[in-house]
Amino acid sequence: MWGYLLRRLFESALILLGITFVTFVLLYLVPADPARQIAGRSATAATVDNIRNQLGLNDPLVVQYWRYLTGLAQGDMGRSYLQRAEVSSLIASRLPASLLLMVSAIVTELIMGLTIGVVAALRRNRPVDHSLMIFSFVAISAPQFVIGILLLYVFAVQLGWFPIGGYGTFAHLVLPSITLGLLGAGWYSRMMRSSMIEVLNQDLVRTARAKGLSKLRIVAGHVMPNAILPIIAMIGIDIGLFMSGIVVVESVFGWPGIGQLAWQAIQRIDIPVIMGVTMVSATAIVLGNLIADLVAPLIDPRIKTK
Amino acid sequence: MTQAGDIGSGGRRPVLTVHDLSVQVATDAGAKTVLDGLSFDLMPGETLALAGESGSGKSMTALAIMGLLPKPMARISGGSIRLGETDLTALGDSGYRRIRSARVAMIFQEPMTSLNPLMTVQRQITEVLLEHGACSRREAPARALRLLRNVRLTEPERRLSQYPHELSGGMRQRVMIAMALACDPEVLIADEPTTALDVTVQAEILDLIRTLQAEHGTAVLMITHDMGVVAEMADRVIVLRQGRQEEGAPVRELFARPRTDYTRTLLAAVPRLGTAPDRPVPSQAKKIVEVDDLSVRFNIASGLLNRTVARVHAVEGVSFHIREGETLALVGESGCGKSTIGKALLGLVPWEGSIRIDGVQTRGRSRPAMRPVLRDIQMVFQDPGASLDARMNVGDQVVEPMRVHGLASGSELVDRAEWLFRRVGLSPDMLSRYPHEFSGGQRQRVCIARALSLSPKVIIADESVSALDVSVQAQVLELLQELQEQDGLSYLFISHDMAVIEQVADRVVVMRLGQVMEDGPRDAVLRRPQHPYTKRLLAAVPVPDPTRQRSAIPDFAGVEMDSPVFPVGAAPFRVDLQDLGQGHRVARAETPRP
Repeated sequence: MWGYLLRRLFESALILLGITFVTFVLLYLVPADPARQIAGRSATAATVDNIRNQLGLNDPLVVQYWRYLTGLAQGDMGRSYLQRAEVSSLIASRLPASLLLMVSAIVTELIMGLTIGVVAALRRNRPVDHSLMIFSFVAISAPQFVIGILLLYVFAVQLGWFPIGGYGTFAHLVLPSITLGLLGAGWYSRMMRSSMIEVLNQDLVRTARAKGLSKLRIVAGHVMPNAILPIIAMIGIDIGLFMSGIVVVESVFGWPGIGQLAWQAIQRIDIPVIMGVTMVSATAIVLGNLIADLVAPLIDPRIKTK
Repeated sequence: MTQAGDIGSGGRRPVLTVHDLSVQVATDAGAKTVLDGLSFDLMPGETLALAGESGSGKSMTALAIMGLLPKPMARISGGSIRLGETDLTALGDSGYRRIRSARVAMIFQEPMTSLNPLMTVQRQITEVLLEHGACSRREAPARALRLLRNVRLTEPERRLSQYPHELSGGMRQRVMIAMALACDPEVLIADEPTTALDVTVQAEILDLIRTLQAEHGTAVLMITHDMGVVAEMADRVIVLRQGRQEEGAPVRELFARPRTDYTRTLLAAVPRLGTAPDRPVPSQAKKIVEVDDLSVRFNIASGLLNRTVARVHAVEGVSFHIREGETLALVGESGCGKSTIGKALLGLVPWEGSIRIDGVQTRGRSRPAMRPVLRDIQMVFQDPGASLDARMNVGDQVVEPMRVHGLASGSELVDRAEWLFRRVGLSPDMLSRYPHEFSGGQRQRVCIARALSLSPKVIIADESVSALDVSVQAQVLELLQELQEQDGLSYLFISHDMAVIEQVADRVVVMRLGQVMEDGPRDAVLRRPQHPYTKRLLAAVPVPDPTRQRSAIPDFAGVEMDSPVFPVGAAPFRVDLQDLGQGHRVARAETPRP
């Protein structure tokens, strides 16, 4: 078990190293010049070049990358070009808000997705099933900014149940979590439905029925644990989906998280901040997958952590 | 359970009465009657066998009694099922729940998939006890342990905390039986309980069912396709065919004087050990396959650096040859390495040693270099449904090997496909159909046609008839024999079924844990077996003759326990074959492993 964990952590570090390289090269290749952004439209060529020198942007790619890596190894993610702050402190100040949003969105999507999936599977090919699947289809296909604005209009503007935007209380959390979780809820409900149907047709369910167990006990005790296995691995991958969703949702709801930070940084080619946010989200995805792989054997005794 | 005392008092009242039972299944073409007016009584302590081939409605009967017919496709369309005083067909959902396991319990064919892989054995057993209020939550673990002892499971204390995947097939079926008997039901329905098990394990499980039945006075409804199992277990038999009762009689009478033609053909098709005609002594023809010192090992990796920590010695130092026009049978129980040898011959697994096909050494050949060799050696697998592509018409599949090897094209392929189809007894106008339009036996004929398309010299038949009904099995075996006589084909016939092997083999190789225990001419090995393992295998085969007393199965220590997995560096003790003359060789008595 510990050997496995060590090996997986080592692999994760390698993956993150690869990601730093790819992101760095991509940003280096971007045709826009961060120095010109900093200097402003009216600056002379000399000023821009001066800034480039200051930031070390005239150095070869390898040198720049090496400088970044050695900094990163010491916990230094660089300074923002545009905000007078360390990238690490910028991220640290915004990460809690994003994590809170993410966790509550995961809870939302799992509760919604799994419930819908289970109900649809138990009522398969009946009106309930059909309506739920239409709902999940809509949830998957509707763009998140549309859903966000719709929810805002109905529940904040018209009904006034929730605040229009901002951060602080539980009421602030509800609409962004639903917006962010809806997409996943759509996916999970479809996956859970087909997984449930598959397990319902397995011999073990026939055995459970032959034992004289009640329907509730069969579904909750035998079918659901078996049906949820393929979903667990998905949750790890899902964190990646969240990262893209978070940029949109945080903008719509004015949520002060790293999504907004990333959005601002991308607009202004604030490379150190973009790198920082990318690394944080990559780490989240890698850790999410690792946790999913560690949880799976706790539920399924057949999986051995080798 | 209130009736239990009543019945136990010796009254000859049936525990279970099925009267004029009909079951319909909804299909695209409308309702189809799969069970038509079946009636029988099951007496306390009696074993009634429902025998029949696939599609006879025997499993439907079991599910109908249990109230487990797949809804909404299947439904009882007429008749009644009475359990003591209770009319089961009139019961609602919750009423039925109180009957299941408490008064009628069932065990199934596939012990692997019938247990929940995520629950310990203890939880799966105590669940039944608690659901029916048979004992308190506190007593439950002790009751579960007692039940496992009852079904003679080794190390019952340890088994309680194990999961199904940690148990062998036979152990899992014992757990199923323990679960089924947990509430002391009046009726036990056993639906092909031993079909998925090895023959020696089958013998043990059948024996267990008989013992427990005697101890508890349970009535058993035995559902099986195997007339050998019928002969060993049943007091009375009902032969079903396409949902109708063909014949019903006490078991001895049915075997001695079958009244209907169908029963007669069914009984005639059953391969019986010791009845096959003598085979001429193997000729001195050319050796087509020569295998020398073949070993196949699979690595098991683990730990921080994924190092190999152990090896599965699937095949260990096996040597044999097959002559032109000869059938060599590889026999053994699951995990003995017989299928692995077939794969090694085709180069599908990495192996060591020497394999010559028609004089050509195949060792160290790359995939493209293997190709010309593969024209001489082809394979027919166990499950014809799974080994055909469902989305390609059978005509294309049959000649695909020729296309791959660039041997024919265009209209030549069509001609060839028609010719192949005629050879295997199928009509050429079926060529454009898809696999699902064929029956199991026809599909296996398609697979044989495909194997023949390259005009090979050897065909490896890996359990090729095991999944087929006996009457179909007999026809396919006949086809294989015809092809052999016409073309001088050689077969490597891999099977677990001793009776089938006796019918087809010239020579037999008995394997266990990757090594040869005994080999030689068929008559020598099967009729004068020398090795205790061969004797045990033969004794375990159910004999389709109810008048014959089963002899006790000779014990062979630790059969279920031994495994071919060894840590790196260690290797299995290589058995040493001793020549008894006329090519009959037997492993010397096994010395303890180092």
